Formats: sequence, structure tokens, C-alpha cells
Amino acid sequence: MTATDAILPDRAPGRLTADVADPILARRAGRIWWACLALFLALTVLMVVSLTVLAVSGVGIWGINTSAVWGFAIVNYVWWIGIGNAGTLISAMLLLTRQRWRTSINRFAEAMTLFAACIAGLFPIFHLGRPWLFYWLVPYPNTMGLVPQWRSPLVWDLFAIASYILFSLMFWYTGAIPDFATLRDRARGRLTRAACGILALGWRGSARHWQVWQGYYGAMAAMGVPLVISVHSVVGMDYSAGLAPGWNETIFPPYFVVGAMFSGFAMVVVLAAIFRRALGVPHMITDRHFDIIGKVLLAGSLVMTVSYATEWFYAWYSGEPAEQRIVAVQLWGDYWPLYWGMLAGNCILPQLYWVPWCRRTLWVTVPVAIAINIGMWLERVVITVVPPTRGYLPSQWGSYWPTFWDWALFAGTLGFFGLLFTLFLRVIPAVSMHELKEQVDEEVRA
Amino acid sequence: MSQIFGPRANTVARLALPALVLVPVAILSLVIFLQWTDNATGENRIVSQPVPFSHRHHTAEVGIDCRYCHTTVTESASAGLPPTKTCMTCHSRLYAQEEMLQPVRISWTEGTRLDWNRVHDLADHVYFNHSTHVTNGVACTTCHGAVGDMRLIGQAEPLTMGWCLECHRDPGPKLSPPERVFAPLPPREARIDAGAIHALLTRYDIDTSTLTDCTTCHR
Repeated sequence: MTATDAILPDRAPGRLTADVADPILARRAGRIWWACLALFLALTVLMVVSLTVLAVSGVGIWGINTSAVWGFAIVNYVWWIGIGNAGTLISAMLLLTRQRWRTSINRFAEAMTLFAACIAGLFPIFHLGRPWLFYWLVPYPNTMGLVPQWRSPLVWDLFAIASYILFSLMFWYTGAIPDFATLRDRARGRLTRAACGILALGWRGSARHWQVWQGYYGAMAAMGVPLVISVHSVVGMDYSAGLAPGWNETIFPPYFVVGAMFSGFAMVVVLAAIFRRALGVPHMITDRHFDIIGKVLLAGSLVMTVSYATEWFYAWYSGEPAEQRIVAVQLWGDYWPLYWGMLAGNCILPQLYWVPWCRRTLWVTVPVAIAINIGMWLERVVITVVPPTRGYLPSQWGSYWPTFWDWALFAGTLGFFGLLFTLFLRVIPAVSMHELKEQVDEEVRA
Repeated sequence: MSQIFGPRANTVARLALPALVLVPVAILSLVIFLQWTDNATGENRIVSQPVPFSHRHHTAEVGIDCRYCHTTVTESASAGLPPTKTCMTCHSRLYAQEEMLQPVRISWTEGTRLDWNRVHDLADHVYFNHSTHVTNGVACTTCHGAVGDMRLIGQAEPLTMGWCLECHRDPGPKLSPPERVFAPLPPREARIDAGAIHALLTRYDIDTSTLTDCTTCHR
């Protein structure tokens, strides 16, 4: 086994702790970090401005119309929640299946999940038109004598996203408790020590603490796996419960779940590459990690290709002209560059991952992962825009074009995601120190 | 290294953890509960008016019909407020020098409006129609309370959507026979008689299946 084949770093536990904790506690933020912070802060201001203008003026400032009622709001919602899918998958499913390589990436993947899910949740709320009444989706006793409409996918969304965000937050925090204790013990400033001490909940690392923690963490992981499936299944059902041809398909929930993991893993690749540079930890996130994630992405790409092919097949096999028209419009209609861009990003380019060298070489892996993210975003545009504008009633046919505010909000949320991530790197241990040390120790014993 | 937390920290933590859940729940419960209070609904609120007009005196005691002043109640959405001329049909002679009626006389001689203050104010997105209700057996007192017993008019019911729906979901028991619709006081005895309810529903030809459609009240 050569050095590049290793998943786990070959270092003493104390060095590992220092590698992760020092960037937070000892080292000052570099110039690049401040530059990133400024850029992302500016974009976040753009997001706040877009949302304010939206709240004041109403959804008419977007490109949506009576045919394309969803537009960018739902496109970006699905895209963000899809990215938010991989974190819990990596944390929970790979924990239960004892995949050792998850250890160095799970913490920031969970952070990615949490941030992306929170941003995703903004879009359906602001798409409501009167976002300040979003709490009407919650079944609470009210003087209106009403309960939410249980047949509405919007209500399913609320429960799916809210439970997912709550779970992600708790799981993320639970995993970080022992690391907060480490920070508390290493920190010098009184305020840092107190803050980390509160977050560590009095963790002393006793055998009993570990026993309780492991039982709790494992149980949470077991509960998290169904959530990974459910949250994006519900997103898929948002579409398949609609009556438009091209939406009303039973394949949507599984197809959306795989798509979500696909885009989420692609985002993990991009963030892992940035993060490895930013913190200088190539011994923790090794080329082997990119190798493994490349294989996952390749499998995801194949499933997505089969899903698209299934849609084409069923359009033909059903003999339903409206379904066939949707496929034809997607392939050859006004939006053809988007559809072919999607096929390029999701089906064709990931085939490079068959070659081991491509998986391990960052300047190939990362561009392909970015292409996947763009491809998945285009997929959501095509799915969201085409069916309602080419439905059963030709009188309802229309088209969709995003406005400045659509783009501004999208760019703003990208910046907000960046901002949260930039802050995360300086506040919370970005690698799960205790799990990494545990695994290194197991390796040494074995 | 000195201790970060003193001996009290454990107690604080034990209190803080449940408080993280209980305090938000308690605040939300309070906010939810407050929706039903008179403060939020305006129930039992007495609104001051330019002239202390007594509905009790004019209806139950004197015997004037509701429709004498609220002339459009059977034909249009709004029950209608009387012009000063309606007041003057009696008060040009009756209590013509009374101090209390000075604003009415000023309105009459100068041609200015009497600015009555609205008591029953529904949200603008509700399309309430008086004529639909009174011509289908919903008595004035069912929503406005015992007007014949009010010296100053007040809001007798909460006027929340849940209150509207109580009747829209099961209108039968609230219906009155045509001769009772404009009575100033509600009937004394509770009348729960399935046969009579059914007879009223049939008589007014009420289709209960569409009464709770969103578009019945929101258009």
C-alpha cells in the first residue's frame, strides 16, 4: 500500500488533534479567508435585498406566470435540498455500513447538508407569495377552524424539510460534542473556553460518556437513513402528484433520491478539494477519498442515465401523445440546450470516472463534479419548466424566462452558502477528530 | 488550568436543557391561546358612536323592524346604514329639542353625514352577503346577538373564520323560520328538533355540500 492509497493519516493522535484544532484556535485567518468572507458577505447582502424586494413587491418580480408557476424558486429549492442530501447519507448510512473513509469528510458534509437544507427551505416559503403566513402549513389550533390541506405537497414538504433540518442539526451537533470538549481543553481564551465548554455539555470522555454517546449516535444514524430517502422522495412526489404530463410519473421519488445523492456527492468533491487546500490537510482527505467518491458518482451517473432512458421509454410505450410531446420538447424544443447540457453533465462527462487516473487527479475530478452540479441544476430547470408549459391544454402553453431577481436570489443563496461555510471553517472542527483518532488507533492495533 | 465552570453550572445546565424546549413551547402556546381572547377577536367590544343610539329602545321597546333602517339587507351584500332622513322621520317631531340628538339635527340641517363607527368588521378578503343569509333563514340575532337588548351596539360573536365555519359546516340548528328572521331577540328556548331542522333545510333549499368551499366566501 503506497502513501496515496491510504485513507487514514499516518500520524500520532496528538498531531491529528493539532492539525484540526489549530486552524481554529491558534492560527489567524489568512488573506484568502477574508477575501472569501467579503465576497460571500456581499452576495448574502444581495440575497437579503432580493428577499426584501420580493416580500414588498410580491412574486410578480420573478419570471413565473400562469403556466410556469414554479420557476426558479422550485428549481433552486430542489437543487439545494438535493445537495443537502449527501451529508446525512455519508454520516448515517456509511456509519452504519462501517465505511472507514467517511471519517475525515463526514463533519463538513453534514455542515453542507445543514446549510443547503436551510437555504432550500427558504425557497418554498418565499414562493408562497405571502411568506409571513408560512406557519399556516403547521397544524396548530387556530381561530380559522382549519387544518392544513393534507393532499397538498406543500404540506408534505414542510414536514419533510423541517424534520430533515432538525435531524441534521442534532446529528451534526451530537457528533461534534467530543470535539467541542477537545477545543475547550485546548483553548486559551476565557470566552472560547466557556463557549466550547457549554457546547461540550460537560463532556469528560469517561467510559460511560462514550458508551452513552455511541448508543445515541448509532440510534440517530439508524433513524437518519429513512430520512435521507423520505426527504427527497417527498420532493419527487411534489412533481408526481401534479397532473401535468412529464410530472405524473411513479418513477419520480426514487429517481429524485438518486439524483439528490448524485448532486450532493458532487458538491462534496468540490468542497473537499477546497477544504483540503484551505486547511492544509492532504493527509486526511487523500486522493483515495476522491477515488472512492468518483466511483459513487459513476454509479449515480449510470442510474440517472437509466432514469432518463426510462422516461423516454415510457413516453413511447404509454402511447400517450402528451407524454411524447414533453420528451420531444425537452430534446428538440426551445430549451434543448439545457436538456443536452444536462445529459452532458450527468451522463456523458462522469464516464471519465471509469479511468482511475481521472478519479484521483483533482483537476479532472473537480471540473467533472462541477459539471454534474450544473447538469443536475439544468435537470431541475427542465423538469420544472417544460411540463406545465406544454400540458394537456394548448391554451395553457407558455414559456418561462428568469428575471434579474430570479438570478439575484440564486446567486445570493450561493453566496450565503459560501458565507456559512467560510464561518464554519473558523468556528467548528471541520474534521471529526475523535472518530479519526479512534480509527487510526484501530488500524495500529490491527 | 483553572476550572471554567463553578459548582452551580450543573444546576444551570439541568435547568437550561429542558427550558430550551419548554420556553418556546410555552410562548407559542400563549400566542395561540391569545387568538381566542376578546382582545384579538373584538368580541364584547362596545364602540363609541356620534349619537348613543339604543337598538334596545328602537327595536324591542318601540317595535321598529330592522329593515326600516337597514333597508338593503334582503337585497344586497350590505345591510345598509340609514341616512339622517330616516332618523328625522320621527325625530323632527319626537324629542326634537333633546340635547343628545343635536348631531342628528346638525347633520340634517347642514347636509353632512353622521359618521357611525363600524362594529362588525370582517377582513377584506371575505365576501359576506347579508341578503344571502337573511333570505335563507339566518336570523339577524344569530350573528349580531340580542340586539333588542343592547343599549349600545357591541360585537356579540368572535367573527373568526372558525366561528363562520361552525355554522357553514352544520347550518341546520342555526336556522330560523321566516317569521323569526327579523326578530330583535333570539328565541328563548333551544330548539334541537331533527325534524324541524330538516324541514328548514328543505324549505330554504340549502345545499350543505358547497357551504365550505373556499370560493363560497373567498373569491
